[in-house]
Amino acid sequence: MTGNVIFDLSVRNVRRHFLRSFLAAIGIVIGVIAITSLGIMGANLTLSITATLSENSDIIKVSPGGGPDGGGPGFGGGGGSDEEEYLDESQLKDIKQAASPNTVIPVYSESDTITVGDLEGRATVYGLDPDDIATLLTVANGTFLKSTSTALVGPTLAERYELKIGSRITIGDEDSDEGTSTVRVAGILEERGMTYDISTDNAIVVSDRWFTGFYGGEGEYSEVIVKLDDINDVDAVEEAIDDQLNRKEDEVTISDASRMMDSITSSISTIISMMMGIGAISLLVASVSIFNVMMMSVTERIKEIGILRSIGTRRSVVRRMFLYEAFILGMLGAVVGGILSMIIGYLVVLVMIGTTDYFFTFDSLIYIPYGIAVGIVVCVLSGVYPAWSAANLDPIEALATE
Amino acid sequence: MSSVPVISLKNVVKVYPLPAGDVTALRGISLDIMEGEFVAIMGPSGSGKSTLLNQIGSLDVPTSGDLFIAGRNIREMNDDELTDMRRDTIGYIFQKFNLIPLLTLYENVEYPLILKYGKRDTTGRPIELLRMVGLEGSMIEHKPTEISGGQQQRVAIARALANDPKILLCDEPTGNLDSKTSEQIMDLLTDLNRQGRTIIMVTHNPETAEYAHRTIVIRDGRIAL
Repeated sequence: MTGNVIFDLSVRNVRRHFLRSFLAAIGIVIGVIAITSLGIMGANLTLSITATLSENSDIIKVSPGGGPDGGGPGFGGGGGSDEEEYLDESQLKDIKQAASPNTVIPVYSESDTITVGDLEGRATVYGLDPDDIATLLTVANGTFLKSTSTALVGPTLAERYELKIGSRITIGDEDSDEGTSTVRVAGILEERGMTYDISTDNAIVVSDRWFTGFYGGEGEYSEVIVKLDDINDVDAVEEAIDDQLNRKEDEVTISDASRMMDSITSSISTIISMMMGIGAISLLVASVSIFNVMMMSVTERIKEIGILRSIGTRRSVVRRMFLYEAFILGMLGAVVGGILSMIIGYLVVLVMIGTTDYFFTFDSLIYIPYGIAVGIVVCVLSGVYPAWSAANLDPIEALATE
Repeated sequence: MSSVPVISLKNVVKVYPLPAGDVTALRGISLDIMEGEFVAIMGPSGSGKSTLLNQIGSLDVPTSGDLFIAGRNIREMNDDELTDMRRDTIGYIFQKFNLIPLLTLYENVEYPLILKYGKRDTTGRPIELLRMVGLEGSMIEHKPTEISGGQQQRVAIARALANDPKILLCDEPTGNLDSKTSEQIMDLLTDLNRQGRTIIMVTHNPETAEYAHRTIVIRDGRIAL
């Protein structure tokens, strides 16, 4: 009601002490920038990781052993304790039955020494059915497997060993039981980045026939991948596999990308909230300076408050006048902070995450109004006590003040 | 002058509790002030005349006794009611003018109207009042610090009249003015009194008190004369 003139008085008072108000508002600007840019960074980090992982969200991984801890040594494998756990043919059959009609891809894998020319190192060797390779992987350069003695290599591995189509790789250690065998590179795989099923960027992919021919152990799969036709079936298929195989005892561990995604995003959000908490400390410092400025404003204007009260200004109006003042400081600081944090947030995201693909999204930019609101609320809250003390001054004493 | 008391004090006592012991500022004052009267309150400093003015001005309430202003007992009013009483029924004129430094002269006069009606004035009353006290033109857009003391007091009178109060309370209205300006201000107050407004004025200057119909002398918290 009397809002406009009271608001006007507050605006004029902020202007009367421009430098002081300006400095107090800078505190809010910094606080808002701190929490907003960190929030934006967190959102962008989460979004970019989620986007990568959700490309794999149609994947269910079945690994041998019960429980996420692998069941400990000597459990479930049935064989000798030094033998690796694996999934056998009957388990694979059960999985296929449970996961039907989705594609089920059994995977052999082994970590082994490889030699290219003079370079020696270790890499993961995956053995897959050539048909499944086409389902799961994409060749960037060259072709899929042409014969059993050809292999596909990941882009990181190819770069490291300077592999080209037709290059030869010697797999295995001369001193071991299996000896060595040489494969020829048929194609270089497309980069897959962070994946949930198999990490091929730094691996060699060969046919299952070559793999079992070289390492033996036919029908002893290290994992089974279920590629779903419909992402929404994840829970149903997982349950079916669980029913089929883990009825008596936990034979297999079933996992999917969404769980990994959950745990990654939750750790990111924990880190980001912690950092935002640190950012919030700067806002707290700012609120102390706003409080200080407001108290100074009240003390200086005691006489003026006495006049206002004596000519009929209600307490509530005086209170509002000071709250407006805090609001104006908060609004100026927070809006400037919001605009700056858009620029600073963009730079931070560009430098720290390397991509600004997700910057102009709702989840990321929502932190700007959020930060502005927090800044304003903090300011108004620090104005509550000064406003209350101004409103409760005794008009006679206030008038007598010089 | 009518026979209706616009202000009526019945055995008003005011005690200020202080750590060193209670201070009794008013020791049972009974007094009727009729509508349209011009009353001067005199007394040495510390006599309690300012305390009395504060009670009549609804800035403070008596410790005991009754104080009726325009028929209402202010001892039974809460802070908001007292505030509204000051806004609507009482016009204050201070020794130090007490204009609001952040507002222009026009806005100072408009301010009580905004408080009462909750919106900016559209009736032209502030301009009218300022013209009546002798200020007009671009002058009224100045801030209080840019004009003389006599002019500030004129603006303060215009502000006191904004909500057409029944009572004008003047606390040493000429205390900060030279004798020529004082005379002009007193003439202005006399005019307002002739138009029917009740005026109560605290002063220590016997010359100023001569403008009043009646002089009440307070000594040691009691009416002495």
